[in-house]
This record gives sequence, C-alpha cells and structure tokens, in this order.
Amino acid sequence: MSGFFSPFITKPVSVSQIMLHVLLALIPGIAIYVWFYGPAILISLTLASITALVIEALMLKIQNKPLAPYLKDNSALLTAWLLALSIPPLAPWWLVVVGTAFAISISKHLYGGLGNNPFNPAMIGYAVLIISFPSHMTHWLTPHGLAEIPLSFPDQLNYIFHGMLPDGVRLDAVTMATPLDTLKTQLHLNTQLKDILEMPIYGRMAGIGSEWVATGFLLGGIYLLAKRLISWHIPAAFLGTLFITSGLFHLLDPSHHVAPLFHWFSGAAMLGAFFILTDPVTSPTTPRGKLIFAAGAGLLTYLIRSFGGFPDGMAFATLLMNICVPLIDAWTQPKVFGKKEKQP
Amino acid sequence: MRTLYKFHGGVHPPTNKTQSNLTPIAQAALPSKLLIPLHQHVGSSAKPVVEVGEYVLKGQRIGRPEGHLSSAVHASTSGTIAAIDMQRVAHPSGIPDLCITLIPDGLDEWIALDTCDDWTTLSHTDLRHRLREAGVVGLGGAVFPSDMKLYSHKHKIKTLVLNGAECEPYITCDDMLMRERAGEILQGAEMMRALLYAEEVLIGIEDNKPEAIAAMKSAVVAGNHQRMEVIAVPTVYPGGGAKQLIRVLTGIEVAAGVRSTNMGVQCFNVGTAYSAWRAIRFGEPLVSRIVTVTGNVSRPQNYDALIGTPMDELVAQSGQLPGTTGYIMGGPMMGVLMPSRQVGVIKAANCIIASSDKLFPTAKPALPCIRCTRCADVCPSELQPQELYWFSKAKNFDKAEDYHLFDCIECGACSYVCPSNIPLVQYYRFAKSEIWAREAGKKAADAARERHEYRESRIEREKREKTEKLAAKEKAAQAAKTPLQPVVAAANPDADPENTMQLKIQTAIDRAKEQAAAIKPKNVEQLTPQQQAEINDIEARRARIRELAKDNTDAQP
Amino acid sequence: MFSALLVMAALAIVLGAVLGFAAIKFRVEGNPLVDKIDAVLPQTQCGQCGFPGCKPYANAIAEGTADINLCPPGGEEGIQKLANLLGMEFKPFGGATVPKPKSVAVIDESTCIGCTLCIQACPVDAIAGAAKQLHTVIVPECTGCELCVPPCPVDCISMIPIEENITNWKWKYPVYALTASKQAQ
Repeated sequence: MSGFFSPFITKPVSVSQIMLHVLLALIPGIAIYVWFYGPAILISLTLASITALVIEALMLKIQNKPLAPYLKDNSALLTAWLLALSIPPLAPWWLVVVGTAFAISISKHLYGGLGNNPFNPAMIGYAVLIISFPSHMTHWLTPHGLAEIPLSFPDQLNYIFHGMLPDGVRLDAVTMATPLDTLKTQLHLNTQLKDILEMPIYGRMAGIGSEWVATGFLLGGIYLLAKRLISWHIPAAFLGTLFITSGLFHLLDPSHHVAPLFHWFSGAAMLGAFFILTDPVTSPTTPRGKLIFAAGAGLLTYLIRSFGGFPDGMAFATLLMNICVPLIDAWTQPKVFGKKEKQP
Repeated sequence: MRTLYKFHGGVHPPTNKTQSNLTPIAQAALPSKLLIPLHQHVGSSAKPVVEVGEYVLKGQRIGRPEGHLSSAVHASTSGTIAAIDMQRVAHPSGIPDLCITLIPDGLDEWIALDTCDDWTTLSHTDLRHRLREAGVVGLGGAVFPSDMKLYSHKHKIKTLVLNGAECEPYITCDDMLMRERAGEILQGAEMMRALLYAEEVLIGIEDNKPEAIAAMKSAVVAGNHQRMEVIAVPTVYPGGGAKQLIRVLTGIEVAAGVRSTNMGVQCFNVGTAYSAWRAIRFGEPLVSRIVTVTGNVSRPQNYDALIGTPMDELVAQSGQLPGTTGYIMGGPMMGVLMPSRQVGVIKAANCIIASSDKLFPTAKPALPCIRCTRCADVCPSELQPQELYWFSKAKNFDKAEDYHLFDCIECGACSYVCPSNIPLVQYYRFAKSEIWAREAGKKAADAARERHEYRESRIEREKREKTEKLAAKEKAAQAAKTPLQPVVAAANPDADPENTMQLKIQTAIDRAKEQAAAIKPKNVEQLTPQQQAEINDIEARRARIRELAKDNTDAQP
Repeated sequence: MFSALLVMAALAIVLGAVLGFAAIKFRVEGNPLVDKIDAVLPQTQCGQCGFPGCKPYANAIAEGTADINLCPPGGEEGIQKLANLLGMEFKPFGGATVPKPKSVAVIDESTCIGCTLCIQACPVDAIAGAAKQLHTVIVPECTGCELCVPPCPVDCISMIPIEENITNWKWKYPVYALTASKQAQ
C-alpha cells in the first residue's frame, strides 16, 4: 500500500473523455459539411484518423512508451479531425496522410508527445501542406447546387484514390476557390466589393454552404462552453478582436473591406475560435493570458486575410501566437491568495 | 444577515458523512494497551518523565514539554508503563518514534485534578501555562500547541474564528461534538476570547450540518453569549481550511508566512475550544478525543477514544469488514495512510477510515499534463498548480518557490480534478520537503563556515599575541641589558609564565611516572595467555599515547 | 560599401567604449566568484579535496587550478551546482573521491583519555572538553569531516551515519506511473 497518498479520491474525468467530448462537438459542423459538399469529407476524416492512430502507435513504440493509455486518450484523433477539416476534401489521399503523419510524428512526438508540443499539431500539418502543395490546397469542392456538374460519391472516391475524374470533367468544373480566396483575388483585380458579394458563391453572410458549416462549429463550441470543457476567454477574445478589427476597417473603407460577420463565418474562424486556439496544450493557462493570446490570434488572422499572401490566416495566426505562449504565461501570472502582488 | 465572502475554486467531492453521524458519540472500550507517542504536536518532542514499570494514574503527566514550542503528554488511563521505546507511529513515513506503552489496569482511575470554578480569577499567563501542561493542541489536524496561539500582541485581534466547518468528506467528529457538547465548546470560546482580547466570536459551520448549527445556535442563546455568532457557510471543499474559513467569514486573506493575528483574526477548531475548557474547568489534560471511525466497517460511528488506543482495536469496535486494505487517518482528501494498523490514536487523529479497494481504488497511471488548468480553476490559494507541477517534477525548486509553492495548503483539490490522474500534491510535498532539507543544509553550512572562520581568526590572534609577547619580552631583555643594574628576574627564563607552565607539566608527568612505577600491578600472577595479550596491548597503547603526548609537548614552543 | 564599413566600425568603437566604461563604473570589489563558489561548498572543512578547508578550495576553483569534482560531501548535486555556476560541464567523481552518507563523529566515552588532540583537529570547534576531561561532540555543529578521527590516540572516535527520523524525513519523488510495472503498488 505504500505509494498511496491523499487525495485518495478523484473526480471521474479523464483526458480521453475530454477529447471525446471535443470530437462530439465537431459533429454538427461535419454533418452540415456533408449536407453541402457530399461525403468526401468523411473519407478524409477516416484517412486522417487511421493515419493518426498508426503513426501515434509507431511513435510510442519507438519511444518505448505504453500504447494503450496514449492511444485511448483520443488526442491523436482530434488532431486528425481538425487537420482533415482544414484541408480540401477533394484532395488526393496522400495529401491528408502526409499532413497527418507530419502533424503527429514531427510536431507532436518529436516535441515530447502529448502535453509537451508547443505548436498546434493540426495547424503545423496544415502549414506544411499549404507550403509544400499549394495547388492541391486550393481545390475546394463546390457546394451543392452551384457546381456545373454534381460529383457523385463514387466519382469523389475515384478522384481521391486514383486521381481520376469522370470523362470530360475538368477539376475546375467541380471545385472552386474558397470564398475568402475569391474575395482576395477579385479585390486584387479591382472588382467592386459589392459586385464580388453578388457572385453566386456568396450567401447571406459569407460563402454559401461554408457559412452554415461555420454555424455548425459555433454550435459545437457552445456545447463545449456549456460543458465547461473550454473557458469563454479564448473564443470571446478571438471573435471579439476579429469583429472589432474587421468592423473598423469596414467602417473606414466599406468598398474594400467586408463586414465583420463575413470574417466570422468564413474560413476556419469558428473552427479556430472554439477548437484550434482552445487546445490547452498550446494555449496559455492564465485567464488574462488566454485573452491576450486569442486577441493576438484574432488580429493576426485579420491581417493575414486582408493583407497577407494566404487566403486564410487562422493557421499562421495560431502558430505565431503559439510561440508567444510561454512568455504570455510568465507575464500574466495571477495574484495569489492573500498576496497583493503578482507573480515574478 | 452577515455578508459572506468567497474564496477561489474549491471542489464538491461526495461528502459521505451520513454514515457516521446518525448515532451519538460512543465511549470507546478500554484497549488492551496504549501506544502514546511523545511527539504528537508541532514543536519539540516531549521528554519522558516516567520509567518502565512505573504505575501511573489517568491524567498523570508522562511527557514533559521541552522548549518553547512543545506540549505535555499524559497517561490516558491508569496502569503500568510497559515500555518506552521506538514504535511505529501515525506518520506517513513509517519511521519509528519514541512512544510510551501503557498497559491499562482496567480501573481508569483519575489522578487528583486541579479544577477551577471560575477561570476569570486566573491570570492569562497561568491559563496558558495550564493549557500547555494539559497538552492542549489544535485538534483540527495541525496539532499546534494552543497556548502559543493564545497571545494577543498589542491587543490587535478583533475576531476569534471557531472552525466547525469540517469540509473533509467522511469526517463527522466536530459535527457530533457540536451537537452534543455545544455549551462547553462555547465556554472554551469565551475563555479564548478573553485570552486574545478579541471582540467577536464567529463560529463557521458548513450548511450540510443543520443539526450542529441548530445546537450551537441554541447554546449561544442558552449561555447568553454576547457578540458570538453561529454562521452557516456554504459547503465547498476546502471551506474548512483555516485560511479559507477566515476569508469566508471576514473577507481577510491570510497569505502564507503571515500570522493571522497580525491581521486581527485567530482561528481555533471547535474541538480545541472544548478541550481547552475541560483542561481549565476540570483540570482534565487532553487524554482523549472524538474520533470518527468509518469506511469499510459495518457500524460507522464516532468514539470518545483514549489517546494511544491502537487503531485496529478501535476499528474493531465498529466491525471491520473484510477487504480492508489499511487505515487512513484524516479524510480522503488530505489524510495519510497509516504505516501499520496497530499505531496509536494521536491528538491529530480526527478520523480513521478503513480503506478498501472499492472505496479508494488504486490511482490510475498518470498521463502527461495537458495544461487544461482544471487544477488552477479549483485551487483555493489561486496558484497555478500546472506550473508548480512542472517545476517540482523537474526539481527546479527555485522556480517552484517563485511560483509560490509554499502558499499551497495541500488540500488536494488539484489532484482531485486532474483528468490525467497526476499525483500533483505528492509532487508539491516532495518539492517542499526537498526545499526544507536544502535550507537546513544551507543553514548548517553557514553556521559551519562562521565557526570555522571564527576559529581561524582565533588561532591567528593567538599566534599574533604570542609573537607580540615574545617581541615585547626581547625588547625588555634588551632594555634590561643596557641599564647598569641587571634585572635578573626578567632575563630568567623560568620566570616566563609559559616556561613555568611547561615546567609544571613536566613535573606532573614525572610525578605520574613515578607513581605509575610505584604502583605494582596486582593480580598478575596467574594470567591466561589471552589476558596477557590484552595487557600487552593496553601497555602498547599507553606507550603510544605517552609518545604522542611527548611529541605534542615538544612541539609546543 | 565603404560607408557601411565605416558605420560598423563606428558602432563597434562606441559599443566598446560603453563596455569599457561599464567595466570601470560597475566594478565589483573583492572576488565575488570565490564567495559564490564558497557558498555552494558544504563547509565541512574536511580537506578531502586536498585543500585546507572550503575557502581555499573555492579559491583554487576560481583560479582554475582545481577541478570541480573534488568535494565528496557536496555530492553530485554540489558538482552540478558548481558546473552551473561556472558554466562548465558536469563531471562525475573520479578515482578515490566518492560521496559518503552524511555522518557525525561520536566519541566513545569509556575509551576517551582526554588528550585534546581531536579538539585541536576540529575545524569548527564542535568538540567540547579539556585536558584530562572527557570530550564530547556537539552533534548539531559537527560537519562530519572526519578530521578528528586520525589524531585520536586511542581510536575512540567513530563516524556514525545520520539516520532518517521523523523530523528529517523527506517525501519521496512520486512514482510517475505510466507503465504497468511502475504503477504504485
């Protein structure tokens, strides 16, 4: 019995359960994704999940760590899902495999495994892919009703695994750039913002389909908040900063800058606010730190989206703020019970 | 309605109190023997004042308080002292400590007690002395000698907080004490208030003990106690921690290393107030306490148990169930696993939980920290447990101290909520004791350095003085030569104090030699070869000593 | 090109001047390094390092004439601290120098002849006694340096390792149970 110390009781909550709840919270978004874009995303989710588990097991084996407790913690699955949701569903199978493998092996395990990685593994995977294979990363599926030729599920499968499209169909016919990308390109071509937003791919707030997927992630995020699995600080500060910055630019120059809601419901903003930035391992631990971190990410996301070279800024904003986490933590230590001053 | 304050964090573990608080406090049966440790309190260990085989009466002092911060230890019943030796005690280390074993004679006969009908006639110094001699210490678990806490420096204390919160799961001893002996607790509180010159007495009781609150409230009215208030505080662990209760009742935050008295508050457990009252009013030293026996037993119950009662004998009275893996002293959040089931009940033992695998399953393997900050959310000291864990694990103790490790009260709330099952508190205990050891080592090294440097300077000074003296002597000799009348005395080397000393030593040695030669060895006629060898050996050693001593005297100038 | 070189050179001169000024302005008197090293040493004054005391050893380390792994009472932790302080690599104990458990000297009172030799040997005055009087070790002051052991003519001094008791007991490092075999029993 030695080695048995108080507290002798523990709350029945585990890392595995927490991660499982986060995975569950992704389901509304994924369901809407399937509704608008067809089941291709399910293939990439499956591919990513299998790759993640295999690579995770392999890395654990190499490091001589026990497999069962780690594989059961669901953290690799979460990384896989977040990455799969960040890349185009209609991509060659190896793209998602390479991205996931890199995320799990290099950015997670080479940095010490669960709990030690300074960068969000899914975002590292995304960054690697968008830098290495930029062309593959721009072919997003066209939502239902907009595509010239609807692509059936067997067709999607055939393309993903064999790179073959039905006869006479070009890739451009079934895919498109994201609403954010289109916006950027068109603005560069000096098209009026009003005209751009009247293009068929835009809906009420942002892109048709994608705005609803974002709403799905928002719902999942509210579930996480209600379950107290994440604190309000990060989503609030991120969305708040994004709203204020974009709102400010929109007010100053409405002809070149879209409304804040467009930013909220475009790209990975919602996914990032509730699922990516809130990754506890790579975000600050103090409440004030979380606010600073997420506000920084919101600002960077806006700047990259509006002035940077990439259509969406979520991944790079996350990674850039990840670097600052230790510093933010050290600076924002809260006051201790009975002490007036803050930490060193 | 008084405004209550909140403290950060806290958890709500299952309270498991109803098992043991349904039946009144029972008198525990006289055990077959009593194992009374001499170190049951904070401070220096008491010194035994009885001998093995001595007959003692109940309440007779068997351990005398030693030093400023200490407390007396008494015989819990009448009987014979069977042993004074090292025994396993109720301490997590399992290391034996000095204990007095007492075999009861079954009569349970009290020593003549010095009762006092009106404590107000006694001086405060006398009251404190009586408490120290009665071995009254804090019964909430900290076992700090109560007399040392009952000083009021410059009469700055405004509030006396009486702690009846009892936030730990399973424990109900204070609950039952308040229900059954509320009047006497309040008498004790009155006495403490007078010693502290405090204005008001606030009695904090968690609102999951309505019976105790009612009993205490009616006792306040019945005893006509003024400026004394029973306050129901929200049930949240660790709301019964002294710092937390003070915060809830008064809004004052007492930081680590700060005396609450400097902030105008002093806090005592209700059981301490009761024992202090018994000690002064009836002269009864602290020989028993209320102990909750619960867990894997058929009849969980509170007992008035003698200090020193072997735990297994006490648990047996509640019907220990099969599958018991050990005893936990205290609650499940902060308690300690006993190194043996036979250890004696000590003054700190508020509860004994018979543990089983079903009640307290062995901890699951710890996973890495994912920095989820659930621990920080529940930490009542507003610390960042995940950072402290990181530094303690890496043995980066300086950093851990920077992050206020010593503000940690080891309540266990962080470990309780950790989804990775990390034994966080264990890391903090480890880091704290390492830092203490390191500081003790540092202190010892500094003391050694100081002593060494002092010694060096002393040797240096002696040398200098000697040379100066020598120089002065030579000068005097020079001066003596030049004048016409020669001063023989100054030139006479024998007159020199050192030389006289030398001479004296020499004569002493010679005399000793003569004496040694004069004394003929006796009984040397019939020696075994072995004896002869021994004698030779001793002679050789003596010769060597003489040789060395001679060398030594020669070496001296 | 030329102007760039000029700028760099000017910058170097200015910075050099600042550094030089700082060196004079913020000059620290005495030799703080020796004191820092001395603070790390355990002050047993045992001379096991080959120097007559801790301060001389600290001096030697500061001058670079002595290695950092010569102090057995300091243990490996001490070497680590010295290495950190001096920015050197950790060096394990070599040869005959091995750390021993911390001990105190105990005089066997039935054998002691009161010769005062041990008193003279003790570097920290931790032995009380007078000529022809029984000597005794003041245990809290004893550093366990063993210097009193060889001079004793009757071999009555022995080194007793300090045992763990309730007061000096330390909580152990928690078993980081991740593998089934290492799991807390």
